[in-house]
Amino acid sequence: MTTTPIDLHAPYKKRVADALNNKHLRTALSRTTWRMNDARVNAMGAIDGARLRDQVRQMKEDVIARLPDLLEEVESKLQENGGQVHWANDAADVHRIVLDIARRANVQKVIKAKSMATEEVHLNHALEEAGMHVVETDLGEYIIQLNGEPPSHIVAPVLHRRLEDIADIMHRKLDIPLTFDPEMMCSVARAKLRQEFFGADMGISGCNFAIAETGTICIVTNEGNGRMTSTMPRVYVAVVGIEKLVPKVEDAFLQYQALCRSATGQSTSVYLSMTNGPRRPDDVDGPEEFHVVFLDNGRSEMLAKGYGEALMCIRCGACLNVCPVYREIGGHAYGSTYSGPIGAVISPLLHAEVTNAEKLPHASTLCGACREACPVKIDLPRLLLDLRADQVRDGEGALFDKAAMFGFVQTMQSRARYEGAGKIASLGSNLLENLSGGNIKFMPPPLSGWTQSRDFPAFAKRSFREMWQERTSRRKEISGERLTAQP
Amino acid sequence: MHKKEFATPPRRVALFVTCMVDMLYPEVGMATAELLERHNIEVVFPYEQTCCGQPAFNAGYRDEARTLARRFLDVFEPFVQQGLVDAIVAPSGSCTTMTTHFYAVLFEDAASTADRQRAEKLAAVTFELTEFLVDVLGVTDMGAHFEGKLTYHACCHLLRELGINEQPRQLLAAIKDAELVPLNGAEECCGFGGLFAIKNPGISTAMGHRKTRNLAESGADVVALCDVSCMTHINGLLSRQAQRCRALHIAEVLASRIDVNDPPKAPAPAAPAPAPRRWQDAKQE
Repeated sequence: MTTTPIDLHAPYKKRVADALNNKHLRTALSRTTWRMNDARVNAMGAIDGARLRDQVRQMKEDVIARLPDLLEEVESKLQENGGQVHWANDAADVHRIVLDIARRANVQKVIKAKSMATEEVHLNHALEEAGMHVVETDLGEYIIQLNGEPPSHIVAPVLHRRLEDIADIMHRKLDIPLTFDPEMMCSVARAKLRQEFFGADMGISGCNFAIAETGTICIVTNEGNGRMTSTMPRVYVAVVGIEKLVPKVEDAFLQYQALCRSATGQSTSVYLSMTNGPRRPDDVDGPEEFHVVFLDNGRSEMLAKGYGEALMCIRCGACLNVCPVYREIGGHAYGSTYSGPIGAVISPLLHAEVTNAEKLPHASTLCGACREACPVKIDLPRLLLDLRADQVRDGEGALFDKAAMFGFVQTMQSRARYEGAGKIASLGSNLLENLSGGNIKFMPPPLSGWTQSRDFPAFAKRSFREMWQERTSRRKEISGERLTAQP
Repeated sequence: MHKKEFATPPRRVALFVTCMVDMLYPEVGMATAELLERHNIEVVFPYEQTCCGQPAFNAGYRDEARTLARRFLDVFEPFVQQGLVDAIVAPSGSCTTMTTHFYAVLFEDAASTADRQRAEKLAAVTFELTEFLVDVLGVTDMGAHFEGKLTYHACCHLLRELGINEQPRQLLAAIKDAELVPLNGAEECCGFGGLFAIKNPGISTAMGHRKTRNLAESGADVVALCDVSCMTHINGLLSRQAQRCRALHIAEVLASRIDVNDPPKAPAPAAPAPAPRRWQDAKQE
């Protein structure tokens, strides 16, 4: 039986608890995250991965430094090619722009290629409210759409479900006999989706990268649904985050390499679909109208606040697969479209309504595995540390932290207070240890967070400094000379 | 970062023992001093030292962290400047990371240039224990003896901030009679993460359980590591689970104090997991 999806709008604590208690979710996570991570390690190891990362990093640094110029360049190229360019400040802008296009073109049916940008602004919901029929055509997205769930991973949207759950969803929602054969499940989905492709008026996709010098929208897929979405319907709309630019064609292939190898461990994806403009008179296919919606939604503010490095992200999901936190709780517990380490950084910065977004920068041990996996070498732990510092600077630090930090610094600023506190802690903890008959098994809140699952040792009865002092003085007695230097 | 190269072998070091070792695990500090003294290094302990400020830095309290960072510089700088010691050594990857990497972050704005330069000077002569033994002193065989199965957990700051991995492994490989066994996921975080362990106890515990499962599978009697913070976390879980395996700081292992047939801290007698009471049923981690 398929478990209830985690409620993205529930408080952070509840989301995490629900995730940790969901055995099926954790099975799905441990089946897939390790496999995807191993695939990445192998694919990057098959080439000079370090050099590729250096090159991509250099290219993305250049993009972020010249973002306004590149945006103007891509806009004029797209317009030259016959495309129409729109600028959206936020989710409401995207809804208005896309609904406008749809109304003017009399659109009833919409097909979509997988797109995190449209998830970020909840575009499907707006289109459906306006009475349109919207179908996700990426297999993973299609499955979660059937079950009314948001994606839980940047690249693999249905990663939170086991094969058994997916079989159950397809059995219930598509009214097919229960089957655990992935090929059978695929062919059912393929047959259903084919009908949708033929009947669609509008195709909507995101964009993996947009080439500034040529005005080209590139989407990377393995199922070919991207190509169908961008060529079959009358109208094609690409929703593009403003950071998704590459200056030149060769840069596009640099990013393509890094993306395929880091996301799925492939040397190349099965499809790379590139769209320059609407159908020309001698083209065999293509859309009559081609629209590109550039989405800001907090991105330029991110740059202004000093988080430009997060805009270098190419959405490969490598940091999710390697993250020990993501591996335990999955994507939905983050409560945002973007999860894992990069999600913890950008979710509080984007104009997205995320419940308890302030908790996300703390949902990390700063272990650094993400930075090591990132093809753009984004220093994610540093960005998380900076976000924490911003919270404190803006007076948004948690009350417990504030009190604890005040006492902590007061204590540590003076040798006498430090040694005194050590004595008190030693007495208190040894008392607790005696009560527990061994290690400390209970501490009062908030320290009970520790002892509910872990023991804690008592402080030493004699500190290192006491032992050292005694040893030094005994040696002095023996040798009769001063051994240790003090300034 | 630039590390000082020693033309002549260093003779004296200042021990940055770290507050956790000082107050919780003095025997780790004593073992560290012993290892250094065995190689004719004179160990000096600056008594004014307290905490490097990492807990405040990690929680975002930069002003508070700067206060303690300046204090650290004030305490250790005179020893180095006056030539009383050649280097600073700490039995911790994490605290070494704080003073050698993150002080640069704390003092990165133009107004703190002077402090940044002071921090850089100290960072050039500050070493984590295994790094100092292997890279500076050039020794790998500490003459240690250990009968039993031994494995290694790579602590995150040590591995990914300082890039230290081979040094502790070489030191362990040279231990006489020890059977080194591989540990699955040796480079994965144990789930400690400082305040993370208290703010996110459920996730932290889940990560820790993965670590202790891997430890049980490895069959190791002892898992050696270079940070007492991660050691506290792993031992806290192992003890609660009444597992036989224990985490030990590498200094203690190298100082040959370990006999698995008579562990210094015997695991508490296997406490049966308390049966959930009715009113506890709904309580989640």
